[in-house]
Amino acid sequence: MKVLVAVKRVVDYNVKIRVKADKTGVETANVKMSMNPFDEIAVEEAVRLKEAGTATEVVAVSMGPQQAQETIRTALAMGADRGILVKSDDDLQPLAVAKLFKALVDKESPDLVLMGKQAIDDDSNQTGQMLAGLLGWPQATFLSKVAIGDGSATMTREIDGGLETVEVKMPCVGTVDLRLNTPRYASLPNIMKAKKKPIETLEVGDLGVDVAPRLTTVAVEEPPARQAGVMVPDVATLVDKLRNEAKVI
Amino acid sequence: MAILVIADHDNTAIRQGTLAAMTAAQQIGGDVTVLVAGEGCRAAADDAAKIAGVSKVLCCDSPLYAHHLAEPFAALILTIARDYSHILAPAVTMGKNTLPRVAALLDVAQISDISGVVDADTFVRPIYAGNAMATVKSADAIKVITVRGASFDKAAHGDGSAAVEDLAAAEDPGLSSFVGQELSSSERPELTSARVVVSGGRGMGSAENFHHIETLADQLGAAVGASRAAVDAGYAPNDFQVGQTGKIVAPELYIAVGISGAIQHLAGMKDSKVIVAINKDEEAPIFQVADYGLVADLFEAVPALEAALAS
Ligand SMILES: Cc1cc2nc3c(=O)[nH]c(=O)nc-3n(C[C@H](O)[C@H](O)[C@H](O)COP(=O)(O)OP(=O)(O)OC[C@H]3O[C@@H](n4cnc5c(N)ncnc54)[C@H](O)[C@@H]3O)c2cc1C
Ligand SMILES: Cc1cc2nc3c(=O)[nH]c(=O)nc-3n(C[C@H](O)[C@H](O)[C@H](O)COP(=O)(O)OP(=O)(O)OC[C@H]3O[C@@H](n4cnc5c(N)ncnc54)[C@H](O)[C@@H]3O)c2cc1C
Repeated sequence: MKVLVAVKRVVDYNVKIRVKADKTGVETANVKMSMNPFDEIAVEEAVRLKEAGTATEVVAVSMGPQQAQETIRTALAMGADRGILVKSDDDLQPLAVAKLFKALVDKESPDLVLMGKQAIDDDSNQTGQMLAGLLGWPQATFLSKVAIGDGSATMTREIDGGLETVEVKMPCVGTVDLRLNTPRYASLPNIMKAKKKPIETLEVGDLGVDVAPRLTTVAVEEPPARQAGVMVPDVATLVDKLRNEAKVI
Repeated sequence: MAILVIADHDNTAIRQGTLAAMTAAQQIGGDVTVLVAGEGCRAAADDAAKIAGVSKVLCCDSPLYAHHLAEPFAALILTIARDYSHILAPAVTMGKNTLPRVAALLDVAQISDISGVVDADTFVRPIYAGNAMATVKSADAIKVITVRGASFDKAAHGDGSAAVEDLAAAEDPGLSSFVGQELSSSERPELTSARVVVSGGRGMGSAENFHHIETLADQLGAAVGASRAAVDAGYAPNDFQVGQTGKIVAPELYIAVGISGAIQHLAGMKDSKVIVAINKDEEAPIFQVADYGLVADLFEAVPALEAALAS
């Protein structure tokens, strides 16, 4: 079984982001970038499938600028076998990313595509579902457990009220949630080994996909700030304030 | 403009998120049809007909839609999608799971989790865990949108009397099937629509101690929430998680106990009307968003709070 796993380069989750003064976006120059945390979980799951003998090859794919290669290297150090970078310096929106992935799926014929449930920059939560739709494949989103069977997979999903288990035919697209696994740290020898693993670089044009953005960003602004509150000395004062000042209890 | 709102419901009644999506639809402006699909969902369709401003309810009652599996549900929506300029669903599991599939098959973008409507093409949505607000304009003929429930008032519900029409089921793509579910059962109000939410974090220290949060919540008629750290540690079930990747809540009162206030947690609760933080670390970032902060050991403060509320 071949697994394609998506790895997106995003602003590190610890960074306190700043909106650009001209309101065109968020400051990303000189900001620490990392692999989208959900994608680390997707890579971990793919590598575990390989270690268990279920998967035979794990291919890490990123779409974005040349530096996204570093993100692919991280995936290779975690245990992916090879990488594909689809290079683009433009704003790739989820529909475009899904179409590019579809073109790669047509080329690579994987049995499973694993993605993050959302990227922590744009928080769209759509790319996996879109890819599944375009491929006519089933989708198993927000995964907290993956069990690959013969021609189908039993997938447990985090839903509003708790957990749901579905059976989907293979091939399928899975998007992973936070509690599927805890991603490993790459060891130094594995980081060294990853430097020798192959990364193929493609241009968007090679895949013959229309990636024109459908949404234009009119403005990016700071959210309204909350007014500073007060510290209360004790529980009695707190209850008094809630009852008589805020009048919420 | 013709607008389709996909209802979130439990077969007997519509859920709150549907009313928020309805408000967004009214702000866009146009003729609003609500789709209720499920198994034995007639009562929910009748309930949807009572929402103010709805002109028609489409009811598709079939076992195929019992669990809103994305593959058959998207196929159903696609049988009618091209009749509308806007397709809206609440940003709950159902909407988040199904609508991007619909959008891709219509070859249009999805605008996720909107928190505001500027005009029929232009919407506001939070990005970077709500640390920035993007205003985006869509060039697509059909706008597919999920709506953040906490950001819109609930449409009036009760007086409407729209007609309910049957909609035929679509062909089953046969890609997926439902196996089972484990739902956390609770008498408490639902997290995303509760007036008061009491949340516990890693500071609770254990699943047993987490019961302090539940006792306090019950005293206030509140829903219970948790930080990711508390959920990961097994103190609370996953569907209690509040934050960027959990539930987004905006109650009148949010009480955070033993929660540090990481940006990913703040993303899910900072629009609450009144925020109370109880934490023993006076430097905890949660205090920066709290209206009332109490620096205290929670194991003393929470029982004292319970006692004070009881008196
Ligand atoms: C105001 C604004 C300006 C922007 N400007 C730019 C810009 O100039 N240049 C630019 O490159 N982007 C830009 N972006 C980001 C770009 O629009 C988003 O990357 C895109 O919308 C995808 O959204 P998402 O990643 O949140 O999708 P989601 O659907 O949340 O992603 C889910 C999963 O899909 C996979 N995935 C998504 N994208 C990729 C990818 N590129 N490679 C590999 N896997 C992926 C990952 O597994 C991810 O976890 C901008 C965004 C905004 C809001
Ligand atoms: C991709 C990604 C997504 C995430 N999504 C979410 C999300 O949706 N929701 C979310 O919550 N987190 C999310 N997180 C995790 C987030 O970054 C934090 O790790 C998490 O919120 C911390 O939870 P906490 O505040 O309970 O724990 P901690 O940060 O450990 O804080 C515990 C607090 O309890 C206090 N405390 C301890 N003992 C006591 C006591 N006896 N009395 C009083 N106070 C005490 C401490 O002072 C401390 O401030 C996400 C992280 C990532 C990377």
